[in-house]
Amino acid sequence: MEFPKDLKYTKEHEWVKVEGNIATVGITDYAQDSLGDVVYVELPQEGASVTKHEPFGVVESVKAVSDLYSPLSGSVTEVNDAIVDSPEAINEDPYGDAWMIKVEISSDSDLGDLLTADEYQKFIEEEK
Amino acid sequence: MPYIPHTAKDIEKILKAVGAGSAEELFSQLPAASRLKGPLAIPDGLSEQDLLSHLKALSSKNSTVEEYSCFLGAGAYNHYIPSIVDAVISRSEFYTSYTPYQPELSQGTLQAIFEYQTLVCQLTGMDVANASLYDGATAVAEAALMARRITGRQGIVLASALHPEYRETVATYLTGTGDHLSQALYCAETGTTLPESIDAACDDNTACVIIQHPNFFGSLEDIEAIAEVVHRKKALLVVAVTEAVSFGLLKSLGDSGCDIAVGENQSFGNPLSYGGPYLGFMATKSEFVRQMPGRLIGQTVDREGRRAFCLTFATREQHIRRERATSNICTNHGLCALAASVHMVSLGSGGLRKLAALNLSKAEYLKKKLKESGVEAAFTSPTFNEFTVKVKGGAEAALKKLLDKKIIGGLALKRYYPELGEHLLIAATEMNSKEEMDNLAGLLK
Amino acid sequence: MEANGTKGLVLEEPLIFEKSFPGRAGIGPAPSDVPEADPASVLPSKFLRKGIEGFPDISEMDAARHYTRLSQWNFGLDSGFYPLGSCTMKYNPKINETAARLPGFAMLHPYQPEHLSQGALELMHSLEGYLAEISGMEAITLQPSAGAHGELCGLLMMAAYFKAQGKPRTKIIIPDTAHGTNPASSHLAGFKVVPVKTEGKGALSVEMVRAVMDEDTAGLMLTNPNTIGLFERNIKEIADLVHSKGGLVYCDGANMNAIMGLVKLGDLGVDVVQLNLHKTFSTPHGGGGPGSGPVGVGKVLEPYLPCPRIKKEGGKYSLDFNRPDTIGRMKAFYGNFSIMVRAYSYIRRMGGAGLKRASETAILNANYIKERLKGTYHLAFDEPCMHEAVFSDKFQLGSGISTMDIAKRLIDYGYHPPTVYFPLVVHGAIMIEPTETETVDTLDRFIEVMKAIAEEAKTNPQLLKDAPTKTKIRRVDETRAAREPILRWK
Repeated sequence: MEFPKDLKYTKEHEWVKVEGNIATVGITDYAQDSLGDVVYVELPQEGASVTKHEPFGVVESVKAVSDLYSPLSGSVTEVNDAIVDSPEAINEDPYGDAWMIKVEISSDSDLGDLLTADEYQKFIEEEK
Repeated sequence: MPYIPHTAKDIEKILKAVGAGSAEELFSQLPAASRLKGPLAIPDGLSEQDLLSHLKALSSKNSTVEEYSCFLGAGAYNHYIPSIVDAVISRSEFYTSYTPYQPELSQGTLQAIFEYQTLVCQLTGMDVANASLYDGATAVAEAALMARRITGRQGIVLASALHPEYRETVATYLTGTGDHLSQALYCAETGTTLPESIDAACDDNTACVIIQHPNFFGSLEDIEAIAEVVHRKKALLVVAVTEAVSFGLLKSLGDSGCDIAVGENQSFGNPLSYGGPYLGFMATKSEFVRQMPGRLIGQTVDREGRRAFCLTFATREQHIRRERATSNICTNHGLCALAASVHMVSLGSGGLRKLAALNLSKAEYLKKKLKESGVEAAFTSPTFNEFTVKVKGGAEAALKKLLDKKIIGGLALKRYYPELGEHLLIAATEMNSKEEMDNLAGLLK
Repeated sequence: MEANGTKGLVLEEPLIFEKSFPGRAGIGPAPSDVPEADPASVLPSKFLRKGIEGFPDISEMDAARHYTRLSQWNFGLDSGFYPLGSCTMKYNPKINETAARLPGFAMLHPYQPEHLSQGALELMHSLEGYLAEISGMEAITLQPSAGAHGELCGLLMMAAYFKAQGKPRTKIIIPDTAHGTNPASSHLAGFKVVPVKTEGKGALSVEMVRAVMDEDTAGLMLTNPNTIGLFERNIKEIADLVHSKGGLVYCDGANMNAIMGLVKLGDLGVDVVQLNLHKTFSTPHGGGGPGSGPVGVGKVLEPYLPCPRIKKEGGKYSLDFNRPDTIGRMKAFYGNFSIMVRAYSYIRRMGGAGLKRASETAILNANYIKERLKGTYHLAFDEPCMHEAVFSDKFQLGSGISTMDIAKRLIDYGYHPPTVYFPLVVHGAIMIEPTETETVDTLDRFIEVMKAIAEEAKTNPQLLKDAPTKTKIRRVDETRAAREPILRWK
């Protein structure tokens, strides 16, 4: 299982890549593996605002459904519609093709509590 | 003891295996203070033979729709059920199995329900149908909740010409989540719901408008005109059908602008049985499938690539989504859906059309005979196999007179619509002979 | 050990639509004895359809063969052992089917006059009485169509009760072992669910409830016996606590089969309970219903029961609609009457003593399985169980074998698998409910097979991974069904 070092992570199993004031968000390799074959994903509209720790979407496998929690607050600038049509990408390439949304980070959004790859890996070891 | 095969030896064997001296030891987790001391106050068990005699005696205290000429409809229709229906649903592979959770052992149920879903789509002209709901009334309530999920709005407009018990059921279902109910009144002249009335009842919080077609008075609603108004208000149109045989003649709901088609499929293959179990159906457009309540069967393949069926979109359902499920429904009315399928299939497209036409002919004949007796249709709109008449001297008095001649003449509407004291709702199906209808008309002269 | 499943000629059968041949007719209606009305002249054209696209046209015999072949792909209770936990798959007596089909029950219109329906009303009234006696409740409504429908009915009554007191309550406590219908019904009734973790203990304690019960909480919804097959021993104390805060106790009675004639829920502080006639009272499940979910209530909720009620006065039965505090109605008409006939037939056949014996024997059978399999499969809670025992795949996971594989392998041996992956609190749960109608021989054979499968898991796990192999189809691709949905024939 992979946890790229250049990403930040949350305890709800999302990853974040911060570039300037834009954050790209997806779910981790661990999350996709726990869910099994992803069959459906529901993402917000472009322009929607997302709030830290609040759900912004839903991801489903055949027998499980999981909320997607936003790691930060801001407004959605881009949505990866390709994964809505082929959700299997989430299983195949969770950190690449299957990114979910890009968010313009609001000025007051706190990024301090995001986990590093090592911290996240330790967290899921404990959770198992 | 019936149905319990254990001998004293068996019980001894079990107790020995579990290391208990007596069965009582196994019940030790039950609070001693609350254990029942005496026997249940329920009569002693009967032999099967005595039980059947008792049941026959009890059932003979009822009078059936065979013993009386019955002109009752109002959401429960007396139709001929071909023998093949009971032959199929009596196969214990069907009726003694559970919900098809294990697809490898349930392909029969799964394929049959997949076919049922298809038949409902064909009848209603919609894209997708679920495996069944309890009955027409609960299907309407579920449609109201579904419309709220789709639109994000709360208001539900019910046509007053929707079955009164359906309206009551919707009201009961919605008490928990804020009712926001309003009514669109029927027109006293046509007996239908006019687009103006819908327009007046809608506002910008209206999630859906629910009409019935043919409506409770038997009148055909102008669905297209109503749909135009409803869609202008950015709400959804829900159309309920209580007499599914009408599908054989009437324009499909999907072609008429309906967004969610619901109703009662009892008319196909399910006996009257004093009101249940019946068969709620729901069909809608593809885009709304994730907001549907109830089970859905999908086609897929097995490991070796052969066609197979399984439950699908289960993440909508209570066992996975719990409080966020699209409905709380679990057990539905699968065997009723099978009965309906067998009836529909044995009719075929030609047979269904003929049956519908026959129902229309019977009702038109009865209307004519009643008119000759001076009993006039109460409303001007066209009807299918059920219609409302005005009886001088009141409907209830007329019904009483008919009962003496072993005729159940229909339903007096006063209880549901106080303003309709003289109004009688009459249904005529293929089960009502010319002679019966002549008698009815003659007695009402 | 040789597998039980054997060869048999199973025929392929297309979809009914693929057998259709235009113009072929099945069972048409009788000829008309009245002048035929031409639809096109009676009804304006805007109301009429041309045909029904795709609707099948087949002969009666083809239809009979079609459904007979489909039935042969099914496994019912009459086919073999069906230990589906929480579903109480007991024998469905054939006399019940005869009873429900008596014309004097099957051919009654719900709106026919009451004086022509005295037998039906009497049966319903008596059944209410029996169910009240068995559950220890004051009054019963037979209206709900299924367990979840009964739950909604009971919860709406609770909401109405608090509303009538001028103090609506917004929350309800539900343990994590609950059936999914409990939170779903609560949500529909307008309550916010407060989950309680049973923390691996399998049962609720007074403390767990005390920690969350307050005066905004309508009460507690629990299942007793619970979904782990254990009796909630502290129910009386828990109920006292809930009542002391003004709350009510809802009991999901899905597992009533364990306690008939042993204890009454009404004596244990339960205010409202739904009973599943298609479980405890032997009515068939029909491949997914119809069931029936009567609800019993104590005195405080009696005024809120749905309408109509069945009234007996001077030896005459009638329907009472005059109930000012009623929640309304749960469906059209009076409930699933033909299911009530079956349950009535069962209760009269068993008698009071027979019902008690049924529960006792169900407990014996479950404990027998629990005891004999507990070394082979991991037992979630090692204490005497009620009507069902919950195991898991913990001992087999090391061989790469999961509950799903065990379940599928059981099919090759000719058994319907137990309930799997429920309750959610037991990882990889295997929930076995044998019921009282199975002989000890059947249980012995099943136990041997379960042991053989555990052995296979060690020595030849591939057998389990490949299972089932003897069914008409192999494991199905559920992912594909969801990703590329085909929900109808076209």
